[in-house]
Amino acid sequence: MVISQETKIINLAIDGQPVKTKEGTTVLESAQQAGIYIPTLCYHHSLTPSGSCRMCIVEIEGMRGFSTACTTPAIEGMVVKTNTPQLQELRRDILELILSEHPYACLICDRKEHCEPFHITLRKQAETTGCTMCPKNGRCELQKVVDYVGLTEIRLAPSRREAPILKDSPFFDRDYNLCILCGRCIQVCQEVRGIGAIAFTYRGSRTLPGTAFDKSLQDSGCQFCGACVDICPTAALTERSGRWRGLPERSVITTCPYCGVGCQLSLEIKGNRILRTVPVMENSVNSGQACVKGRFGITEFVHHPQRLTMPLIRKNGKLVEASWEEALDLVTEKLASYKGDEFAFIASGKCTNEENYLAQKFTRTVMATNNIDTSARLCHAPTVAGLAQAFGSSATTNSISEIRSAACILVVGSNTSSTHPVIALEIKRAVQNGGKLIVADPRDIELCRYADIWLSHSPGTDVALLMGMMRVIFDEGLADLAFIKEYCENFDAFKKSLKNFNLDSVEKVTCVPGDKIAEAARLYATYKPASIIYGTGITQHSHGTDNVLALANLAMLTGNIGKPSTGVNPLSGQNNVQGACDMGALPDVYTAYQSVDNPDIQKKFEIAWGCSLSASPGLAVTEIRDAIYKGEVKAIYLMGGNPVLSEPDAKHAQEALNKLEFLVVQDIFLSETAQLADVVLPAASFAEKDGTFTNTERRIQRIRKAIEPAGNSKPDWWIICQIAGRLGGKGFSFEHPSQIMSEIASLTPSYGGVSYQRLEEGAIQWPCPDDAHPGTSILHAGKFARGKGKFSPLIYKSPCELPDKEYPLVLTTGSSLYHFRTGTMTRKITGLNAIEPEGVIEINPVDACPLKISDGSKVKVVSRRGEVIARAKVTEKSPPTVVFMTSHFAESAVNILTNPVLDPVSKTPELKVCAIRIEEAQEL
Amino acid sequence: MQGELAEILAEYEGEKGALIPILQKVQGKFGYLSEKAVSEIAKFSRMSESEIFGVASFYAQFYFARRGEHTVKVCLGTACHVRGGERILDEVKRELGIESGGTTEDYKFSLERVACFGSCALAPVMVIDKNVYGRMTIAKAKDILAEYH
Repeated sequence: MVISQETKIINLAIDGQPVKTKEGTTVLESAQQAGIYIPTLCYHHSLTPSGSCRMCIVEIEGMRGFSTACTTPAIEGMVVKTNTPQLQELRRDILELILSEHPYACLICDRKEHCEPFHITLRKQAETTGCTMCPKNGRCELQKVVDYVGLTEIRLAPSRREAPILKDSPFFDRDYNLCILCGRCIQVCQEVRGIGAIAFTYRGSRTLPGTAFDKSLQDSGCQFCGACVDICPTAALTERSGRWRGLPERSVITTCPYCGVGCQLSLEIKGNRILRTVPVMENSVNSGQACVKGRFGITEFVHHPQRLTMPLIRKNGKLVEASWEEALDLVTEKLASYKGDEFAFIASGKCTNEENYLAQKFTRTVMATNNIDTSARLCHAPTVAGLAQAFGSSATTNSISEIRSAACILVVGSNTSSTHPVIALEIKRAVQNGGKLIVADPRDIELCRYADIWLSHSPGTDVALLMGMMRVIFDEGLADLAFIKEYCENFDAFKKSLKNFNLDSVEKVTCVPGDKIAEAARLYATYKPASIIYGTGITQHSHGTDNVLALANLAMLTGNIGKPSTGVNPLSGQNNVQGACDMGALPDVYTAYQSVDNPDIQKKFEIAWGCSLSASPGLAVTEIRDAIYKGEVKAIYLMGGNPVLSEPDAKHAQEALNKLEFLVVQDIFLSETAQLADVVLPAASFAEKDGTFTNTERRIQRIRKAIEPAGNSKPDWWIICQIAGRLGGKGFSFEHPSQIMSEIASLTPSYGGVSYQRLEEGAIQWPCPDDAHPGTSILHAGKFARGKGKFSPLIYKSPCELPDKEYPLVLTTGSSLYHFRTGTMTRKITGLNAIEPEGVIEINPVDACPLKISDGSKVKVVSRRGEVIARAKVTEKSPPTVVFMTSHFAESAVNILTNPVLDPVSKTPELKVCAIRIEEAQEL
Repeated sequence: MQGELAEILAEYEGEKGALIPILQKVQGKFGYLSEKAVSEIAKFSRMSESEIFGVASFYAQFYFARRGEHTVKVCLGTACHVRGGERILDEVKRELGIESGGTTEDYKFSLERVACFGSCALAPVMVIDKNVYGRMTIAKAKDILAEYH
């Protein structure tokens, strides 16, 4: 959306004070900008003002009666009074009515200043009967308003609702005896989160926020994001964790360690303990929102008793505790004998930029090999390859905050509400703003509820679907030929390849009706700006790079690139997948995708690092397994990954690790993979170290040390430096990650202007080549990074394993909202386990019926590679012949089943499609 | 049920702000708004079940449980109250064995207390389905109920 250049400035007077404000501002906002307090209870700046609590009434000259400041627009020449005796009198009367239904003894007690002595014991009672026993004491908005209007007496008889305290959420309690019916919880759930799990129910004196048929929150679609808790002005909604620990002593702003959104969180701390994690309001990434994992899923894993606190060394087959000296000496001694290509480092999208940088520097300079790769191989390597080929830069083209202004959004292969919940809010916001939404996903995902069109294509047929859409766009003259002519190349070859994609054949391949595909095509091509958002549903295929190229084609064909609210936007799954790739934790490139086989670049790094470097690209994570079997790779240093659960054909992957001569694992928990290691090094968590993460929109954000590391755990960067130093490496004597960032900036063109000093002023989106550069929110504006955008002719390739008689169903995989990756962190969270205790296999009733599978029964799922037992969930969310599992549960490890076949370009495995059959399981 | 519900919803395809008429029509067909019906209406109108329930539960006209074949309403408005409406209600409760708001086990009767039908001249008043019975006495109430058994 273009902001009008001529926003008119208007003048008004509030309480005799002249105030200048922009046209369209409300009286309340104008007063707030001028530092004038007007009491409010139902108002919140992130919500549409409702004017229901009447606390913000003001007198406006020339207007009859009393207007609510929150709903009245300021106009030129307005004279406003906010604090006359009559207004205060009215406010007191209204507040009295509100308080007649809320415990108020403490609020109006004239001795409240002196009331303290029983504080600590009284706090622990389960029900709040007054402020000193209230978990919100000191932060309650009622307290502030009562003080301001000077209420000292309630003349009305107290009426207690006697509502039972509802404990149906694992994270917060609902005590509606404290509710003042401001409606903020309901508004935030409906307007901001787009869920509507709660609404005002019943009427008159029975009115309360509630659910349909008084069902539990979970049965009402609640996603436990905690937005209602954060916005509640009283203690009606209170978080259970840290509830009785009192107010925090300090807070530290940091970046959430879960997905690639990079929500800014405030860690509230008392002593060396995190009490709560609250989303930060003032930032463009999450604007005060978080998801259940970031809001309620951090404290418990950081302080979990199973955190690794001492190094472990395998002695007589058992892992036993050891000192850092002993462990580091052993690692050094062992690794010394595997220098060269017998060694491989697996870095991690969970660790910081600085740590990934050191990992590749260590591998390349000390271990003298390019065998370094990250978990990104399993998700977004096709993005790196595809977008580099088409556009010249392999990252999300646009920014999160632009999504809400898109006129059309195509979400493909991304269950955004589960994997990137805060970005899903932006998509829903776009729909609220009148934008069109097209969802292309085999399954009936949450976003389908908001979509104009849902294309339920067969798993793995994305190229056909997208090329079909492009054929319609081209044939109907909807392509932006002027844009193509000026900015793109190779269009004719691409145009030729469209010939194979007439709607009839596309319909046959994708199982989506042709007219629906055509409708989607027209929508995307005509509602501009249009944005494409995609996830691993696009990349985790044996033709993942082709899928990405198809999306790039689509954006270029309609000129939807290089402009606000357009682009091709991959969503990275881990907090720092983008950063790990940027840092060169990849086998073929140094930082910022500078090729290892380019002699000039090789020279640049040889000079900077003071050693000679190998020009031959190393092995990808997915190739290392075979190299181990062949005896070519003998030692692995694994930082923060869990390949035993995350790699396809997991049994085979585990066998490979067992074949290694030496395996070092560095992690915060004894993961399934760490249990196989020869040495386990305990790492500090994100809350215990400094560093930076780069989120999915290329935004480099700080993480800040909030507490001391658990036990004897150490930051990953420190550990790598120690090992590198002991092995004779030069350039590893860092004392703080900020020094590492200086080195990164000096060698990485896109990070050239990044420094900790600048990051204190605000996060930066790369490319930011120098200190004066403001960073880049939109890539390819005016010109593609590679010069001209390159169209790619494509042919449709089916998934490598299709269903047959023996294995008649297609298994596709994905993520749940309540767990993350292999569950190393989330499965430590009691509340998340309560909501989703085990992995299920979703199956359509059409497939379940002939197999006599009922909802909740245990079944054996068998593929060519292995079998797992899981509970069946019979649901129409999965279409017929397609079953769905998540990858979070070791007990039903879906990757035992998946197909390790690789995309030839990016070496990413086909995790999204394999053939399986289901057998009834015997109860074990 | 699903088919009939879908038929009703289809009439409102593409129409905005039709929630109340939909709720009325669905209730007209099935006698009340079941969980299943609310869930289907929610999906159709792209709202949450809680939002639908919030709207429906605001109005006295919507019911969320299966209703009796006949609805007995006893008026306790001012006039009826003064002329002994309470005693009529007590008698009906006793006769049907349910409280106001309840439904008999055989789903024959539902009982409601209401506040004024605007037939004050006939107080105390009892209404069964659409039939108004004025100047009620305990004995009359009993006889009238018997006619509906």
